[in-house]
Amino acid sequence: MRTVKRVAAKLNLGSTLTLVVIVAIWSIPTLGLLITSLRRRSDAEVSPWWDAILNPLGTVWSTDAYQNVLESGMLDALVNTFAVTIPATILPLMIAANAAYAFTFLNFKGKEVVFAFMVGLMVVPLQAALIPVLRGMVWVQGALDIQLTGTYASAWIVHSAFAMPLAIYIIRNYMLTIPTSLIEAARIDGASYYKIFWSLVLPLSMPAIASFAIFQFLWVWNDYLIAFIFVGQKSPVLTYELLKLLGQYGQGWQDVAAGAFVSLIVPLMVFIGLQRYFVRGLTAGSVK
Amino acid sequence: MGDIIFGFVAVVIGIGASYGLYWLLNALLSLLPQKILKKVQWVAFLTPALVLVALVLLVPIAQTFIWSFMDKRVESYIGFDNYVELFTDPDFLSVLLNNLLWVLVVPAITVAIGTAVATLTNQVGPTREKIFKTLIFMPMSISFVAAATIWSLTYAYVPPGRPEVGILNSGLAALGLETQPWLTISDGRLNTFLLMAVLVWLQVGYSMVIISAAIKAVPEETLEAARIDAANAWQVFRHIILPQVWGSIMAVFVTVLILVMKIFDVVLAMTGGNFDTSVLALEWFRVFFESRDIGAASAVVIVLFVLIVPLMYVQIRTVKKQEELR
Repeated sequence: MRTVKRVAAKLNLGSTLTLVVIVAIWSIPTLGLLITSLRRRSDAEVSPWWDAILNPLGTVWSTDAYQNVLESGMLDALVNTFAVTIPATILPLMIAANAAYAFTFLNFKGKEVVFAFMVGLMVVPLQAALIPVLRGMVWVQGALDIQLTGTYASAWIVHSAFAMPLAIYIIRNYMLTIPTSLIEAARIDGASYYKIFWSLVLPLSMPAIASFAIFQFLWVWNDYLIAFIFVGQKSPVLTYELLKLLGQYGQGWQDVAAGAFVSLIVPLMVFIGLQRYFVRGLTAGSVK
Repeated sequence: MGDIIFGFVAVVIGIGASYGLYWLLNALLSLLPQKILKKVQWVAFLTPALVLVALVLLVPIAQTFIWSFMDKRVESYIGFDNYVELFTDPDFLSVLLNNLLWVLVVPAITVAIGTAVATLTNQVGPTREKIFKTLIFMPMSISFVAAATIWSLTYAYVPPGRPEVGILNSGLAALGLETQPWLTISDGRLNTFLLMAVLVWLQVGYSMVIISAAIKAVPEETLEAARIDAANAWQVFRHIILPQVWGSIMAVFVTVLILVMKIFDVVLAMTGGNFDTSVLALEWFRVFFESRDIGAASAVVIVLFVLIVPLMYVQIRTVKKQEELR
């Protein structure tokens, strides 16, 4: 028995060491960027970032780079990113929850076919739709005199539409676990389908909605393509500004590094704070 | 400050309006007699979603398909010219080769490392498991552009005579080897493989989480039985665990595969598609924004679309199977 335990302990040690190596490989690049962002330009020009760790007390740590990038556009970009991301998370969830309700509890002709179609749309490359959508918006601007391109609203619409298939799928999967008898009982009590949705089904579906909300928030926050095409330089978002900085790394890596951290601090906080729900969302979304 | 207030007002109006839309739809429908209402009730809940998907996904995709047979400014039909031009252009064939490499390499490696990490973390006790998992999962939350920034620094090359910045080159320098401008080396598609590492780095966390959940769902009795039969750790993994988590592994494989086919931001941010690293989605972007050729750009993206259609079929089939199990 003792030897068995010793072998087990040894195995554990082996696994731990292997994991330490993997985690080191996984973390060192990010650590390098973090340290680079906290050094002065004059230091970064003469010595590599790991010198700062090897000699932490002899290094002058500074937040100049952060101040620099925040003043030169990153702060505005942070505001823009929030303005794009929050509605682009709430709107599709509301629309998808309504649709999922219809797919789960209401009967109509062709329901299965429409749903299968939605599932198929989950994998479509969104690039296949973008040019006509852009041209369509320009056309609407000409015909109805409503400014769309370059506004937050255009990104909300596009993000909402592209989120629809996966959001409906995940929320419907969850709604299927709500017993139909509950809805029937409410019907007998005279509640309308509208009332049942808002006061019964929606509150009960909150776990799935929360999971997808985190997912969608991160996706929109981190998106570059849609923000570039539809919002562009009029109200640049963080990814847009960061890519611009990356193109100018010749002027010093510390600014690029600080910009990267400004862009990822919010998703990282969301991730660390809500990891459990995030994982649940991922597991629900994976099609086995 | 004015921008923030304006943004906030816009947000409130937008969300209020869409809530009002659902209220209105339901109010209008409830005017109908009960008998008819029963049949059309779904309209009130489904219409906004269907209209949105139709206007922003379906119709535009059909439009793209039609445009792929038209000229630069989509004024006249030119038959298959765009496609003929693409498939006779060695540069485009090189793009296709890159996509093929991405598809062959990234999903397999991501799943393999994910499985390894999931198995290992399962053996080290809850505290260590949580720390290791969080650190490996973390990249999942950041943008492709931020990931590209992190790795651009790792691969960074500085001309000889100046201090190293990138850890890869300084490792070589420490070993007495010559430093290399990594991302410009297309021999053996080396630079493309270096870009793939970034995506693997991003996606292993996802693969680990799903596969780990599956491993934890393996019934204890089956493991116990194997131990009684004196199976070693590898045999237990190979013959007991692996067959039971295979479904999850394949699910992750397909998800990563779909993601990889559409890979775009990482390549754009790190090489801009230069040095033979371009991929289909980036080629679409370049043809549209640089050459302003809508017909050709549409053809590029339709090629990508056609390559993804089989996966769409796989997706629908697996969902159907799941439904039957319910």
